[in-house]
Amino acid sequence: MNGPLQLVIYLSVLLAMVKPLGWFMARVLEGRTGEAPLGLGPALGWLERGIYALCGVRADSERRPVETGWKSYTVGILAFNAIGFAAVYALQRAQGVLPANPAGLGPVEPGSAFNTAVSFVTNTNWQGYGGETTMSYLTQMLGLGVQNFLSAATGIAVLAALIRGLARRSSATIGNCWADLTRVTLYILLPLSAVLAIALVSQGVVQSLRGPQTVALTVPLSYDEPVMQTEAAGNVVNDADGQPAPFTGPDGKPVMKAVAVTTQTIPLGPAASQIAIKQLGSNGGGFFNVNSAHPLENPTALSNLLEVLAILLIPAALCWTFGEMVRDRRQGWAVLAAMLVIFVPLLAATYAFESRANPAIAAIGVDGAAGLGGNMEGKEARFGIANSALWAAATTAASNGSVNAMHDSFTPLGGLVPIWLMQLGEVVFGGVGSGLYGMLMFVIVAVFVAGLMVGRTPEYLGKKIDPFEMKMAAIAVLVPCALVLVGTAVAVALPEGRAGVSNPGPHAFSQILYSFSSAANNNGSAFAGLSANTPFYNLTLGLAMWFSRFWIIVPVMAVAGSLAAKKSSPTTSGTLPTHTPVFVGMLVAVVIIVGALTFVPALALGPVVEHLQTVGR
Amino acid sequence: MPAHPPIFRPALVLFAILSVITGIVYPLAITGVAQVAFADKANGSIVAAAGGKVVGSALIGQEFGTSDPTAAPGLAKWFWGRPSATGPTPYTSLNLDKGAGSSGSNLAPTNPALLENAKARLAALDAADASVGIVRVRSGTQSRTTPVPLDLVTSSASGLDPHISPAAAEYQVPRVASARGMDEGRMRTLVRRCTEGRTLGVLGEPVVNVLALNRALEAARR
Repeated sequence: MNGPLQLVIYLSVLLAMVKPLGWFMARVLEGRTGEAPLGLGPALGWLERGIYALCGVRADSERRPVETGWKSYTVGILAFNAIGFAAVYALQRAQGVLPANPAGLGPVEPGSAFNTAVSFVTNTNWQGYGGETTMSYLTQMLGLGVQNFLSAATGIAVLAALIRGLARRSSATIGNCWADLTRVTLYILLPLSAVLAIALVSQGVVQSLRGPQTVALTVPLSYDEPVMQTEAAGNVVNDADGQPAPFTGPDGKPVMKAVAVTTQTIPLGPAASQIAIKQLGSNGGGFFNVNSAHPLENPTALSNLLEVLAILLIPAALCWTFGEMVRDRRQGWAVLAAMLVIFVPLLAATYAFESRANPAIAAIGVDGAAGLGGNMEGKEARFGIANSALWAAATTAASNGSVNAMHDSFTPLGGLVPIWLMQLGEVVFGGVGSGLYGMLMFVIVAVFVAGLMVGRTPEYLGKKIDPFEMKMAAIAVLVPCALVLVGTAVAVALPEGRAGVSNPGPHAFSQILYSFSSAANNNGSAFAGLSANTPFYNLTLGLAMWFSRFWIIVPVMAVAGSLAAKKSSPTTSGTLPTHTPVFVGMLVAVVIIVGALTFVPALALGPVVEHLQTVGR
Repeated sequence: MPAHPPIFRPALVLFAILSVITGIVYPLAITGVAQVAFADKANGSIVAAAGGKVVGSALIGQEFGTSDPTAAPGLAKWFWGRPSATGPTPYTSLNLDKGAGSSGSNLAPTNPALLENAKARLAALDAADASVGIVRVRSGTQSRTTPVPLDLVTSSASGLDPHISPAAAEYQVPRVASARGMDEGRMRTLVRRCTEGRTLGVLGEPVVNVLALNRALEAARR
């Protein structure tokens, strides 16, 4: 019973933090320049004022930054993100000649650098590369780490604009994007990250600028590798296919030599500072290749609890912030309730599926229940089944995408849950800001459908929902769905797409479906056996990430502007209340039906067939 | 509200300032605090032997086992950790020449290679037992021998997992004790000393640190 108990503890701690953090974030988003709770205003206000002075942000008579309409706000956000993309790309290409590169890593290859730059700017953090072998400390800190903050701040800023659109009456403005980005970064993301980073270091997460450390192995190892042909200058000779050519013996087989391994190299780096924000900002990009399964990225049960709490912390608390800012807390609870109604059963399902040992392995003289029973392939001993299943559900419910276990090795149905959670559009908690603004698009669809059913003009929070809002909401809901299905179909149809898979049968299809579900919903986790660092996947997944991020942000901002300009209609006996269990059920149904109708056929071809294969043996 | 508020200059300036704050000041400040308050942990929890020679990280596993039955008898005197899918050798935490680091197997549950790997590990474990006279019969009606705990034949997510379950350690106690000519009771005391329970009695899983246990065995010999 320890496993379920850990899940209950997790949910309890998470829900206990929703109100205080939600209240805090509402104060930050509504506060005047230099004002923030918990002493942060006095501590960092000078920095905020200095930034405004340098950026030319002017204040109005109430000491608030002068606001703009939705179009200027949107263009500002897009320009800010475009600059971020250029900076991350340039840093990767130039890292070989820049400082803070103790391992002496060369420039990142252009296709991979493009993919990675898009990935981190769009808050996806899909990783086609291995961190410890590809990115210098400078690139990690100044490129990837910065985008962990700024892409998260972008999400919360867009959400703030949408909430203001719902809360205001007949307003031409919805906020100042520079002020929102600044205040979210300084007062919300930085303090939370600093606290979490120090807590993680106390558990053993590395935070160091030293290069890798070499230690002696207790038991020396060796491996065989082919002897390569070399020119006089020492360069390896390539064969006709452009591959390094080994010497071959009389039997036609390559000549092998034994290589002795007597040491182990322990990678270091400024990891904890980056891991804190990648968890809090629903980014998910690991410092090391295996992300939070790496013992130096997530060393203990306590670090694991903190990191997995950080995944859902801000997205859950933003529901309270929403209720606070529209002056009706029941609305925030209703949205949070809808998220929990979807999340909890899916969490329980993936835990149940992973708790069963692989029947094929259990049949050969292995005790599937002893020690860490269940499907332990690709899982760490210190986390066991419960914490691995919890992380998988949380990271795909939120658009986080970090992992502490290898989803590729999950049971077929245990792996179906994360895929489907992503395909629901990352609105069950979802990304910071983006999850809630995505869910509010579903709310618009839900009130529209409800309005049609009872024959009344649909309204939400006193705002009439007209065809324009409905069209924008439909775009935001359907763009990721289309990108997932079209992307998967293209990849399956082309040899370049099929070349990447590493497992046989229906699981190969699942690997491709997972990758596009992840990229087109800005999640970033993977069935990691897929070889995605190829020109085909770097390009297609990069485009999927870019379009799904900004083709949602623009319609959401259009809705924000349109709603802000509207008058408020008075509540009457005919108004559909949107805080009741009935409406929560309606909202859940809309999310589930859109997700199920769109993706059940694809899921049937992958995980479901694979499951039938395992039980059919 | 001006008709066309400036866009490019504030975007560029704000990006530059926030980059310095979040990309340089923040990580360096955290590094400073970490190096003062938790110097050992911030630098990889490196373990030094009696002579000061560094022999590993308390958080990173090392390879003590094998999936090759012919090599297994030579390793019977060590507690084996979990199988590791890193290359070119198991538990490679970083090899820049090969571009190799932490990695899971990413084998699907239906991938035949997963079953083959488990069988090979099982055969090697049985061969190590056989070399010290412990006979395991796993087929037919006589398969009454203790089944192997699952974590000993499945590879970890990172390929660097430093731990095994207490059941996996207990399974290996008779073999290691016999190979070293040590008393099983004393061996179990050492295992208990290297066992970490659940945090606060509830978080995570109880585990045994394999490197710490094997180093304790070597220390006990002297």
